Amino acid sequence: MKEKLEEIRQKALAKIAESDTPDKLNEVRVAILGKKGELTEVLKSMKDVSPEDRPKVGQLVNETRADIEKILEETRNKLESAALDLRLATETIDVTLPGDVPTPGHRHPNQIALDEIERVFIGMGYEVVEGPEIEKDYYNFEALNIPADHPAKDEQDTFYINGEMLLRTQTSGCQIHEMEKGRLPIRMIAPGRVFRADEVDATHSPSFHQVEGLVVDKHVTFADLKGTLEEFARQMFGAETKVKFRPHHFPFTEPSAEMDVSCFKCGGKGCRFCKNEGWIEILGCGMVHPHVLEMCKIDPKEYTGFAFGVGLERIALLKYEIDDMRLLYENDYRFLKQF
Amino acid sequence: MNTPLSWIKDYVPDLDVTDQEYRDGMTLSGTKVENFARRDKNLEKIIVGEVLEVEKHPDAEHLVVCQVNTGSDTIQIVTGAPNVHKGDKVPVVLAGGKVAGSAHDDGPAPEEGYAIKEGKLRGIDSFGMMCSIDELGSDVNFYPEADPEGIYIFPADAPVGADAVELLGLHDTVVEYEVTSNRVDCFSILGIAREAAVTFGKEFKPPVIRETGNSEDVNDFVSVEVKDTDLCTRYTARVVKNIRIEPSPKWMQLRLGAAGIRPINNIVDITNFVMLEYGQPMHAYDYDKIAGRKIIVRRAADGDKFVTLDGQERNLDKDVLMICDGEKEIGIAGVMGGENTMITDDVKTMLFEAATFNGTNIRKSSRRVGLRTDASGIFEKGLDPRNASEAMNRACQLVEELGAGEVVGGMIDIKVPFKDLVRIPFEPDRINDLLGTSYSPEEMIEVFEKEDLSFDKDKNEVVIPSFRQDLLALCDLAEEVARFKGYDNIPTTLPGGNAMGGIGLKLRMEDTARQVAEMCGFSQAYVYSFESPKVFDKLKLPEDAPERNAIRISNPLGEDFSVMRTISLNGMLSSLSTNYNRRNPEVKLYELGNIYVPESLPLTDYPDERMQLTFGFYGKGDFFTMKGAVEEFFNAVGMKKKREYDPKAGKSFLHPGRQALVKYEGKVLGYLGEVHPSVCNAYDIKTRVYVAVIDMPSVIEFVSYDHKYEGIAKFPAVTRDISMLVPADVLVGQIEAVFAQRGGKILEEVKLFDIYEGEQVAKGFKSVAYSLTFRAKDKTLEENEITAAMKKILNGLQSLGIELRS
Repeated sequence: MKEKLEEIRQKALAKIAESDTPDKLNEVRVAILGKKGELTEVLKSMKDVSPEDRPKVGQLVNETRADIEKILEETRNKLESAALDLRLATETIDVTLPGDVPTPGHRHPNQIALDEIERVFIGMGYEVVEGPEIEKDYYNFEALNIPADHPAKDEQDTFYINGEMLLRTQTSGCQIHEMEKGRLPIRMIAPGRVFRADEVDATHSPSFHQVEGLVVDKHVTFADLKGTLEEFARQMFGAETKVKFRPHHFPFTEPSAEMDVSCFKCGGKGCRFCKNEGWIEILGCGMVHPHVLEMCKIDPKEYTGFAFGVGLERIALLKYEIDDMRLLYENDYRFLKQF
Repeated sequence: MNTPLSWIKDYVPDLDVTDQEYRDGMTLSGTKVENFARRDKNLEKIIVGEVLEVEKHPDAEHLVVCQVNTGSDTIQIVTGAPNVHKGDKVPVVLAGGKVAGSAHDDGPAPEEGYAIKEGKLRGIDSFGMMCSIDELGSDVNFYPEADPEGIYIFPADAPVGADAVELLGLHDTVVEYEVTSNRVDCFSILGIAREAAVTFGKEFKPPVIRETGNSEDVNDFVSVEVKDTDLCTRYTARVVKNIRIEPSPKWMQLRLGAAGIRPINNIVDITNFVMLEYGQPMHAYDYDKIAGRKIIVRRAADGDKFVTLDGQERNLDKDVLMICDGEKEIGIAGVMGGENTMITDDVKTMLFEAATFNGTNIRKSSRRVGLRTDASGIFEKGLDPRNASEAMNRACQLVEELGAGEVVGGMIDIKVPFKDLVRIPFEPDRINDLLGTSYSPEEMIEVFEKEDLSFDKDKNEVVIPSFRQDLLALCDLAEEVARFKGYDNIPTTLPGGNAMGGIGLKLRMEDTARQVAEMCGFSQAYVYSFESPKVFDKLKLPEDAPERNAIRISNPLGEDFSVMRTISLNGMLSSLSTNYNRRNPEVKLYELGNIYVPESLPLTDYPDERMQLTFGFYGKGDFFTMKGAVEEFFNAVGMKKKREYDPKAGKSFLHPGRQALVKYEGKVLGYLGEVHPSVCNAYDIKTRVYVAVIDMPSVIEFVSYDHKYEGIAKFPAVTRDISMLVPADVLVGQIEAVFAQRGGKILEEVKLFDIYEGEQVAKGFKSVAYSLTFRAKDKTLEENEITAAMKKILNGLQSLGIELRS
């Protein structure tokens, strides 16, 4: 019996050694260890073995089986590993070929700039509101301290629908609409489209966008205005940005200022981008004129406020170094896809 | 406003700052310096030389060889200038020096100027160059004594070896300011000088005006009557006789030239000088041409015509204020005098006028008359009437100083009483509260007094001088404190209190639209809100289409920008056309912008501004590409019910067989489709274009960001595929409606997997195949439940004339 088992074992080892694929290996396993396999046949003939020898023979058979299984397993691992190596070796690709890039659309640079501005001010607790683009004379001028004969009315080259209705020349009217709601305090920005009778060229467009800002509360100061806009400038143009406030004049704010930021290209040393000035004019601002508050039925002795207006296209042109404003309204895909 | 810095220093003699310091200081105190230019830029090593000898060049007909005394040396210079003679004093640039311009080149001067070196001209050594006025960076307009064709010749008493640039007054800086419209006083040298004095803490010394005039009385020469005192609040007049017209002195010519005004003669120069100095325009009439020795200030009549001193005939109307004599009109007030009384070189006696006119009226008159002058530009700002007499007396003083004539004693002064000076209660705490500062009252008063505001201690009021028309209230005083203490010195803080920031539903929905559009491959476009009325025809809109009722701009840039859009497609199609014609192979755009729908016309109240989400593309894709994007938007804003697509959209600008209205719960939200080929043609696009327009105000009522998790199905699904023979005119939407109505709760999903029309299908029919998925949430479905549902569905399909294919 022992000889018989050894014979089976040798035969199995020889067949395993001949097998060069997992399939052939499996044939060997079935032929030896399967239901009708040679070793199984041996087990079946156990009934012929004397009862006292059975445990010993059984143990021998099991040892032989375990031995063969172990070698089968080792060989299969070896074969599979070799097959995998072979596959991997044939699957080498040229990793320098271009990637499959998804083609989503692109956001307009105006919108990107606006998203940034909104992000900054929402973070500081501002609500984003809107006002009408076709506006009444009162909201665009009169309520902003620009009475009928004021030269500023000419300066802004207004498109009129008729004597009463016009295309707003500034988003500042949104200040009035917001204050008239009678809910205080106010902390808002109002982005929107404005219109001025300028012919189209590289730096002018008859339609462009502003973002208006307004804060009205008790104890709001010019220092708060400075702090707020300085924070805005840093978030928009980088932490290193310096700001400069210059006195200016707007009919609806007093004191008024224009804010310059240090040139984000040269850092203030002076370059072609900032016309060698080191500074770039960004926005106009000031403390809400008490007369404007009064017209909105807000008591200027109790409440003060500040307001500012940013030209959106100006920010977009500066930030993305776009040299011609017309590009913003042509919608040429070769332009848009860069954003 | 351009002023030479040297002129400012006349009134602020202690001003000792560099150009850059001046610029920075003035800008930060509120008088913004736009630009400054050194007048001696690129003028180096230029001295006064005396020509000792002039000899012909041996080898060149047009050149001469000069020996020139430079004070320390005698050098040889070869020149082609025709006007050099022995004994002339001339500007000489020595070898190694520089000049700013060229006598031969009319183009812009090079940034670095022209370097002058030793050299040979036709074989003869030359050690420098004699200069023309152009080479010195100026021109004959401002140096009328210069020979336009040759070398500049100094007066005989010019010291040899002296700095020639200095003698020509060119060691100076011309400063250009941006003066804001509220600071009328700063449209004058004196106004800016006062600002400079306060800015740099120096003393302001305005000219001292002494009494002028002989013993005669101006009232014996002329009388003045102002009829329209609403338009002329002050009229002052003086008379000058025995006038000698001649060039004004060099110092005055230099001042005017540096300010960009060409010297003419002593009288004209004086009026211009005073206009710059005081910001008060003046006019000089030839007294002998004034009929009736009488001046009347009154409105013109409609239809009047008048010839101004530039020889042009002007049309007048009843709102134009005129200066008249006893018989006729002699000047348009504040704009320009008349040809009939203009002074000429043989004028004997003249009438000087300095008046204050209504600024708004001058602004409007000058526009209607079509004539804007230096004078009208200043008058329209609304001048201080107190300034008129000072300017008048300053001018007469200059007449006497220049010996230009004999000033008659006295001044005619017709005026409405001056307004009281503005007094503002002094509340230092409120100023500090507004600024966020802690300046002491004394510090504030010091600022006020430096700029000639006075403090009335008894009444605790700040008294505003009449030239500061911009100071009316406490906030104005706060600005004075802030700007002279320095905006830089105000602290930076953030507003206190808590506030909730954020955006509302409308803006959030628009934000979602942008995200979805971009995810679907559409890029964002920005287009104009106004367009041509021809757009309606271009879009083939019927004559009675409501879109044709558009709001018109009364003063548009042109017909192409004259109506406010009532439909958003034109901007999209124009942008696609631009791309198509620039050969961009495939382009997908979206746009978010308003259309403007008037309640009625003419417009009396706010129109309905309706935000439109517009998609458009050409290139890869079809109707269903567009539909997919639209569907994705509705999914993203939480509109979970089925959207209906009604092919009877009735849009004339779309392909009749490829258009649909989008409806939700029966409400129309927009439309989509393929653009009609003839519309494509009108936009010069020679390929298929697909568009979709979503009316956002209609969408917003259905929008919800409140989304709940539904649970992943626990029980198995059963799928049944059905293949149908469908009459060709039955829409897939109708079939799906049957599924939805009859499938019951257990019908989880329907999926179209095949649609076919062709040879294997009978004519008039199409083959449509769906996969239906059934599932219950709470159990495994029994076979008979599915069979029952399918039976109901099949019955419904039969009513549409649909048969199952075997």
